[in-house]
Amino acid sequence: MNQRSAPIYEALELFRKKRVVPFDVPGHKRGRGNPELVELLGQKCVGLDVNSMKPLDNLGHPVSVIKDAEDLTAEAFGAKHAFLMVNGTTSAVQTMILSVLKAGEKIILPRNVHKSVINALVLCGGIPVYVEAKVNPKIGIALGIEVEEIKRAIKNNPDAKAIFINNPTYYGICSNLTEISKLAHEHGMKVLADEAHGTHLYFGDDLPVSGIKAGADLAAVSMHKSGGSLTQSSLLLCGENTDAEYVRQIINLTQTTSASYLLLSSLDISRRNLALRGKESFNKVSRMAEYARAEINAIGGYYAYGRDLIDGDSVYDYDVTKLSVYTQGIGLTGIEVYDLLRDEYDIQIEFGDIGNILAYISIGDRIQDIERLVGALEDIKRNYGKDGSDLYCGDFIQPEAVMSPQKAFYSDKEQIPLHETAGKICGEIVMCYPPGIPILTPGERITEEIIEYIDFARERGCSLQGTLDPEVELINVIKEG
Amino acid sequence: MDIWFSQMDTENVKTSVRVDKQLFSQESEYQRIDVFQSKEFGKMIVLDGDIIFSEADEFIYNEMVVHVPMSVHPNVKKVLIIGGGDGGVARTLTEYPEIEVIDVVEPDEMFIEVSRKFFPETAKGFEDPRVTIKNMDGLRYLRRCEAEYDLIINDSTDPFGHTEGLFTKEFYGACFKALKEDGIMVYQHGSPFYDEDEQAFRSMHRKVYKCFPISRVYQASIPTCPAGYWMFGFASKKYHPLKDFNPQKWKERKIKTWYYTTNLHQGAFMLPKYVEDLLEEEENKKK
Repeated sequence: MNQRSAPIYEALELFRKKRVVPFDVPGHKRGRGNPELVELLGQKCVGLDVNSMKPLDNLGHPVSVIKDAEDLTAEAFGAKHAFLMVNGTTSAVQTMILSVLKAGEKIILPRNVHKSVINALVLCGGIPVYVEAKVNPKIGIALGIEVEEIKRAIKNNPDAKAIFINNPTYYGICSNLTEISKLAHEHGMKVLADEAHGTHLYFGDDLPVSGIKAGADLAAVSMHKSGGSLTQSSLLLCGENTDAEYVRQIINLTQTTSASYLLLSSLDISRRNLALRGKESFNKVSRMAEYARAEINAIGGYYAYGRDLIDGDSVYDYDVTKLSVYTQGIGLTGIEVYDLLRDEYDIQIEFGDIGNILAYISIGDRIQDIERLVGALEDIKRNYGKDGSDLYCGDFIQPEAVMSPQKAFYSDKEQIPLHETAGKICGEIVMCYPPGIPILTPGERITEEIIEYIDFARERGCSLQGTLDPEVELINVIKEG
Repeated sequence: MDIWFSQMDTENVKTSVRVDKQLFSQESEYQRIDVFQSKEFGKMIVLDGDIIFSEADEFIYNEMVVHVPMSVHPNVKKVLIIGGGDGGVARTLTEYPEIEVIDVVEPDEMFIEVSRKFFPETAKGFEDPRVTIKNMDGLRYLRRCEAEYDLIINDSTDPFGHTEGLFTKEFYGACFKALKEDGIMVYQHGSPFYDEDEQAFRSMHRKVYKCFPISRVYQASIPTCPAGYWMFGFASKKYHPLKDFNPQKWKERKIKTWYYTTNLHQGAFMLPKYVEDLLEEEENKKK
């Protein structure tokens, strides 16, 4: 067995050739019971949608082909152990937190985390200790975490159990994870790396350091983003001093017992591709992104940032495969450019926020598509550009946390109109999706500034989500008195 | 020997041509290029499975994209051809002495080499001193142009292949910017007959109609095109293809043609009802 093998894929091929008669689930029985589904997905695809069984192993307790696939994945990523995950990177992130934190225990983290982190804290009762991230005043995004901030947080919270770091952030910014890991371990804390946007770091040349290499104890890796596997498939990697069997138990608390072989085989094949050709592929991705950056900056007005942001601390490194562009220089918010690209130019990008857009460049892209994106951005500037005097600077706001997420989530609450919530404690998540980084989380104090931000985001077309009220007119706040 | 080449017009319709022999086949960086010798159409060049050009019917295409705008615009000096790796459009343009510059932007060098080797008669358009070939993506080239050309001809035929970017709003917008204030753009409008192609046909017209003050569609009968029927778009900042048409001046040039005539010029803009309806529907759409 070596990186050229794909054990799950090979087992599925063998299984298909055996033409086993199915008297088990799934009930569509290789698609025969659902011809419309076969029409849509194809015979091959529905034929692979089978149940766990001896020749195909079982994700909850792997002993054969899934175990082999996990071992190969661990080897390819340089990890002690790897788990194949079928409920998104959300499940990998939640497992990381539930593995290191019990009710009432503290975790040090930046505020610009994905909502899955906050939700995991609601589940386990962990207490967030937020370290302040610097905000780049020009582009309005939160940067990485400075080592001094981590030192201070550790000093003030010596009882914290873990430190959680985005590696990189959605926008491509990396903190000094190696140094942070060292500090954490010196103080007996675990390091969790959210690498939802960092699969390629394990394979690229000249890319920021990967979580496991930097010393992280657990890393959640979205294979389905830059790794090329199917949506919803993901990986959880374990570092040298992590008890993988305990992590498996945590996974099995919430994981489905009917794991999809479409997802598992896509992880298996993608791992093989990455191991064999990843380096070459991501070099190409980097080149395309760097080319696009140069061309977009030549248009004027836009600012496609890259390594120029690196300052050795709050931006310790930058992931050049990311194509993040500040758009307010042409007088438009990122979300407006995002909408125009889709509605007028048939180009779907990853997300737009108040000040930026992010185009996801991957191994599936072609240079002619990059030309389209750049051409469209230029056309947008020409046809829709404004002077920008009506824009809100849109800085990332870090609210004050006054109650644990779990306590706030389960407290008595009342729904009141957004504009009457200033000073109240929020009882739920309020966010723009994408990117899915909460504006408010349970237990945070709502301020006028935050209300203004939400109003502006809504007015400029952001999709607001997360609240009990589907219209996000009413906010669920903690009842007082 | 009984060898047939089939072009899949749709999943359910194909156009088949008996082939004498295959002269060339290779993958370029952009597409698969094949050259066949056929009984009926002579030599044909096939890109990703679609006939782009045959010796028997290339004249129709080349004449229709060149003579139609050239008989409307009174003073063309600078022309840009996007695509056009076979050289046929450039060759037809060289018959106009007043043209000073013909820029051909074709990213695929192999396509040009193959045309030079197998279709020297057509590719001799490249030898004219007014012609410059630029091996570059069309969109990329256009980004650097402003109010520079009198005429732009989009000679790329496939809205779904590697030239997809040349059938987009950003492309038409970039052409508008690259044209002088009285410039004309002629582009491929495809064939609306098959359901598969109707959506692309509609969206092209909608995009151009919103971008240019004058946007008309004209047609020709080209045997190797799907349904034997091909449409072109005439987008213009100032000149109308019929109101500003100058047949007398064009006739005096005494250019030898096999398809185009000044009568046909006017007839080509008279469209079948179903096509007119499609176009009007798109024009009346609010968004």
